[in-house]
Amino acid sequence: MNPGRDSGARMALSGRRAFLGLAASAVGGVLLAPGIHLVEIAQAAVPGAATTGANPKVRWGLLIDTKKCATGCTDCVDACNSENGLSGLTGPTDAQWIRKVEIKEFGTGRTQSLPVMCQHCAEPPCVDVCPTGASFKRTDGIVLVDRHSCIGCRYCVMACPYKARSFVHEPLTNQKPDVPRGKGCVEGCTLCVHRVDKGQGPACVEACAKAGHQAMLFGDLNDPASAIWIRIREVSTMQLRADLKLDPGVRYEGLT
Amino acid sequence: MNSRFGPRHFYVALALGALLVLTGLGSAHYMEEHGHVVTGMTNQVVWGLPHVFAIFMIVAASGVLNVASIGSVFGQTMYKPRARLSGLLCLALLAGGLMVLMLDLGRPDRVIVAATHYNLRSVFAWNVFLYSGMFTIVALYLWTMFERAMNRHSKAAGLLALVWRFVLTTGTGLIFGFLVARQAYGSALLAPLFVVLSFAWGLAVFLIVQAVLYAWNSQVLDSAVQRRMARLLGVFVAAAFYLVLVYHLTNLYFARQTAFEVFVVRDGGVFPLLLWGGYFVAGTLAPLLLLFHPRFGGSRSTLLAAALAVLGAFAWLYVFIIGGQVFPLEIFPGFAVSSTFGDGAIARYTPRLPEWLLGLGGVGVAFVLTGIGVRALDFMPRDDVGTPKSGAAEGIA
Repeated sequence: MNPGRDSGARMALSGRRAFLGLAASAVGGVLLAPGIHLVEIAQAAVPGAATTGANPKVRWGLLIDTKKCATGCTDCVDACNSENGLSGLTGPTDAQWIRKVEIKEFGTGRTQSLPVMCQHCAEPPCVDVCPTGASFKRTDGIVLVDRHSCIGCRYCVMACPYKARSFVHEPLTNQKPDVPRGKGCVEGCTLCVHRVDKGQGPACVEACAKAGHQAMLFGDLNDPASAIWIRIREVSTMQLRADLKLDPGVRYEGLT
Repeated sequence: MNSRFGPRHFYVALALGALLVLTGLGSAHYMEEHGHVVTGMTNQVVWGLPHVFAIFMIVAASGVLNVASIGSVFGQTMYKPRARLSGLLCLALLAGGLMVLMLDLGRPDRVIVAATHYNLRSVFAWNVFLYSGMFTIVALYLWTMFERAMNRHSKAAGLLALVWRFVLTTGTGLIFGFLVARQAYGSALLAPLFVVLSFAWGLAVFLIVQAVLYAWNSQVLDSAVQRRMARLLGVFVAAAFYLVLVYHLTNLYFARQTAFEVFVVRDGGVFPLLLWGGYFVAGTLAPLLLLFHPRFGGSRSTLLAAALAVLGAFAWLYVFIIGGQVFPLEIFPGFAVSSTFGDGAIARYTPRLPEWLLGLGGVGVAFVLTGIGVRALDFMPRDDVGTPKSGAAEGIA
């Protein structure tokens, strides 16, 4: 081999190595610098004490009496929309935290109507699959989404057996101060946590009672003195998709 | 080198690739500004076409590394000269797939949250770790191959990459395998299925890129090498088909899954069409015929078979991901169900332009990275066995 060409090739190789080393350092610097800054922002944005205040002795739940729930009645849905600032539209990209489901038994044709919302599972699959921990369960059993750490991956929507979650597809306006929502985030029934923390019940339950239907009962599933506990002890109730053993906090009466 | 394609052609190709990337980025920006309402996705179909692209690229990224593993871990000398290209393609496909996945997030600006807050029970969080680990390990592996002083560590790095990629593709399969809610998913079979699919898809991509590189450099692939790689692709396509078949048969057998399976194999409109026409006929039968029938088997047939296998991969992923979501959840077994939220109804989904552009932008990223890599460093496979034969009319035109 020609020695001149050989040394030229070596010089070219060493020049290429130096260039690659420099390029790698530059790329590394460019990637790392904003990353370090963003880590600070991210850490500042995610409060560590999201569950502070919830009572671990309580397990909030709902009992829905399907015998008292009328086909066509949407009082609970309307109350939820108004309380939480939802549009009430029912297009495929609109958020619905609670919806009325009409069911008709194959064979007998028996029909029933009932509301379905987040079932506030004791073993929520949405919480298991959430990569950032944005989906979380409070110690009192309420399952929520942290608006600040939800990255909008929609894995929880895939995982929920009750179709209880909505993805915010569009920019939002006129939000309620107590119910922060955000485009690109996933959301669902909060059991009106902002009301529960003030000692009130969820808006849907209140509206159902106010209209005289009395089809929804809210209370502490751990408290033997609560109306919900007593009722569940007295009558046969069921959980949706009980086969999955997620132990939902929402129970249904008369659904057979 | 007597190349038919000069630097000008290279830069034109690179510019086209860059344009694809830019269009994809622009599309992601448009989606971020307006929200996912500008896509075809809804509250029923939350993972759309971008996921089909992303999962194809991530699974193929794992499989394409097979070529390197066969060479450096299992000692097959024929594959050794291809190990570098295999590593480069792995990185390029992974980067393309992850870009699509990240830019399809509702809040892509918060991707740093995904990197700093892990829910260790989440398969997604495991995958964030597995993907970043894969980048590091493959980069190290490439280093051991390029740097002569590091060559002795190449086998160890290759072994680590092999194990890591098995875990990574298992993780990708389990994203769906751990979903108990939907009829299409929630099966342990999905992990090995994705691993074997990755073998076929990865090798198909490798063969396409290899064919293009040889044609670009006016070289002819040694026919013995070509035949062996073609046979291996055939074995992988057949093995993947076996697992796909078992997956669909188990769905058909379980009474609770039957309605879903009947939907994707017979009643679901576009889905049976894609499953039978796209995956089965074009993506499996045709490649097997092209690879194993004595009348075919040349380099053109192999290239066509590889392209068809990729087409079949997209068809199957579309059926699996989209078909699995449009079919309604069964919350009330034994009841006909209706609501304002799509309960009991087959959802409609048509991918819209921003989704196509984002997905193709990911392919553009893989293309540009591969192009730059091949141009700047020595990734071109060089076989010691045989020399380019002028009489071998199998060259890719």
